[in-house]
Amino acid sequence: MAKFRKGGKKEVPQVSTSSLPDIVYMLIFFFMITTTMRDVELKVSTPLPAAKEIQKLEHKALVCSIYIGTPRDKSLGTESRIQLDDAFATPDDIANWIQKERDSRNPADIPLLTTALKVNKETRMGVVTDVKQELRKVGAFRINYTTLKETKK
Amino acid sequence: MARKVPEINSSSQADIAFLLLCFFLMTTSMDVDYGITRRLPPPVEENIEDVKVKERNVMNVMINKSNKLLVNGRPCEVDMLKDKAKEFMTPRPGDDSAPEVETKTFDLIGEVLMTKGVISLQNDRATSYEMYIKVQDRLASAFNEMKNELSLKKFGKKYIELNEEQTKAINEAVPVRVSEAEPVDYKK
Repeated sequence: MAKFRKGGKKEVPQVSTSSLPDIVYMLIFFFMITTTMRDVELKVSTPLPAAKEIQKLEHKALVCSIYIGTPRDKSLGTESRIQLDDAFATPDDIANWIQKERDSRNPADIPLLTTALKVNKETRMGVVTDVKQELRKVGAFRINYTTLKETKK
Repeated sequence: MARKVPEINSSSQADIAFLLLCFFLMTTSMDVDYGITRRLPPPVEENIEDVKVKERNVMNVMINKSNKLLVNGRPCEVDMLKDKAKEFMTPRPGDDSAPEVETKTFDLIGEVLMTKGVISLQNDRATSYEMYIKVQDRLASAFNEMKNELSLKKFGKKYIELNEEQTKAINEAVPVRVSEAEPVDYKK
């Protein structure tokens, strides 16, 4: 019989935890990089519609969002409102807002600027059409109807 | 003689790191935005003449205020729309009721029979956004299926597996021809 075992006592050595902080730091860096802080406070509720043929919205820095939906503050009624940045707006404000968004970006990127429409699914198309007409007037042609992924089927 | 500095106990480092980790875990929102990307047409100039398009080349899709569909004057279910759009956009030479066809040559693909068909989408101001997106989605899936078929035929691969040049060629051969009519207010 070959003797491979040495010694009688078998004690499992303590697992070294000295690399634990390193692992945790790695995770932290991952989350720090992927995180995007919510930059606007939503004043309208926008449950999005769902669709199947959807594309990922690339280059988040080149996307500006228009929110349309019913106000969260119930005292403001249930009529659909447009929210630009942090305030309610009317379709007439869109031209100025687009200009402001363009000014804050690199001139070379302006044609690539996409306007994401985040619209409550209950909204009537009238408001959306008004917004689209305004966007056409100022030449912001790239739009994206933000939707959820349709899960069933 | 220099005094020996006692080593700093680093056992709490992990706790601090965990604390930070928890913070970022909570604040992070990993939602990737998805959506249907479209290009708006440039604004129409006031006194420009209407471009006359032959009636057989147009498929009229109308959505009324109670979210009902009308395709070429006939009521239609949303689930049928994809097949109808696909049928309409598939070139059928020799059929007088189908849109006109033409043969075009593209790089990489060669000659392709194309229809001159256009899908015209019109909605009421009171149409719900959900319905509108549904219709856009169904039309998009009709075009995507046609792209897929052409790419299988020409390259033997699915559309999503194509490289950049091939994708471009297919996109040119199967243009997404959905035109949105100028908004009409039926109340007026």
